[in-house]
Amino acid sequence: MLRFFHQLASPKYFYNLSGRLIPWIAVACVGFLLVGLYDGLVDAPTDYQQGDSYRIIFIHVPAAWMSLFIYMVMAGAGAIGLIWHMKLAEVMVVSCAPIGAAFTFLALVTGSIWGKPMWGTWWVWDARLTSELILLFLYLGIMALNNAVEDKRTAARATSILAIVGVVNIPIIHYSVEWWNTLHQGPTVTKFDAPSIDTQMLIPLLVMAVAFKLYFVLSLLMRARVEVLQRERNTQWVRELAEQQT
Amino acid sequence: MSTAPLSHAFLILFKRDLTLAYRKRAEIVNPLLFFVLVTAMFPLGIGADPAQLRDIGPGIIWVAALLAALLSLETIFRSDFEDGSLEQLLLCPHPLSILMLAKVAAHWVTTGLPLLLVAPLLAVLLDLPEEARSTLLITLALGTPVLSLVGTIGVALTVGLRRGGMILSLLVLPLYVPVLIFAASAVTTAGAGLPVSAHLFLLTALLALAVSLSPAATAAALRISLS
Repeated sequence: MLRFFHQLASPKYFYNLSGRLIPWIAVACVGFLLVGLYDGLVDAPTDYQQGDSYRIIFIHVPAAWMSLFIYMVMAGAGAIGLIWHMKLAEVMVVSCAPIGAAFTFLALVTGSIWGKPMWGTWWVWDARLTSELILLFLYLGIMALNNAVEDKRTAARATSILAIVGVVNIPIIHYSVEWWNTLHQGPTVTKFDAPSIDTQMLIPLLVMAVAFKLYFVLSLLMRARVEVLQRERNTQWVRELAEQQT
Repeated sequence: MSTAPLSHAFLILFKRDLTLAYRKRAEIVNPLLFFVLVTAMFPLGIGADPAQLRDIGPGIIWVAALLAALLSLETIFRSDFEDGSLEQLLLCPHPLSILMLAKVAAHWVTTGLPLLLVAPLLAVLLDLPEEARSTLLITLALGTPVLSLVGTIGVALTVGLRRGGMILSLLVLPLYVPVLIFAASAVTTAGAGLPVSAHLFLLTALLALAVSLSPAATAAALRISLS
């Protein structure tokens, strides 16, 4: 087991293993995505109140779940990288940030597209929307810091620290925003309660969530491979690889 | 080799930073002027209706304090970084996090504390209710140290960068959200004549959390930036 982790931490081994995994993950991702989209957009019953426009939740809710999940993964990888000086974990932190930012942005955009016909406005300073927006800012800050530092290793380690600081802050921010919201205007919109959702709607939602997770793993691996190649471009195995390709 | 006790090192560093700040008195005044100016811009921008100003006054003063704290943050490590004394601090046998706490404390005394002195003036300018003024001072006293402590992590991460200032605000402002929310709503609540102890307890909790955790993060960030 320990040996497996040790091997996994070696960039070369990771590069080869991820190269073999990517096609399988891609197929699974597309499969889940097609099933989930068909189920959600065609099969699932129309909502009695919201009509067909509720169907955007099959994109919106998994994207919102992913936005937090990826932040946790990123901070976890950051902690691993800082504690055990594992290069691959640093690569993961750097590769996670843009994907997480993309999912957060997607959640915000789909939310506001849904909000326009439902609430009659593109944006409300609702607690969840606000904390999602701040999460996007946190992601953008992390990406900005990573771009600003020249040396890649220093950049990744600085980014890891910021990600960990952010994780301590996320619950505080979340609750303070929720509290601020109830102080100012009280609950204006009641959203879906998790248990009250119909099974026929729940199943495509979960399928879509799995598809999004697979997509995250897929794009994380692809980004990490590029990052590994860039960092290791002066090593023997990357040169050999480049020679094989030409 | 014998080394000075930790409390002694803490005090020496604290006094040194205060002395340095005192010798450059103009730099202490700048954030204050900024604080007053930003606050004065709002009535010019939105109109002089006293009722409206009273409504948004707490928010304006706190946002201005936030920006003033942010702008003055950069100076905390700059001269130390340029003349190399920051690296000497890193080589000290004392725990770096405690030394960082001393630097932040000195920095707060020279940049955060003066904000408290002009805040009553701004409260009068924006016509805040009588009851809200003392609460404004208490929230500033509790909140600005948190801003300094959390912001220093950001400064430590960006200390070696050429264009650190812009990135610093991107990193730090989202982390300032809780302080802004609790502090500004405490002042608003006090203005409405309602009890504010819950807000103040939460701000104190944030302060306790920041004092205990952020020096360690600052120290770790500094070691990475200067490696």
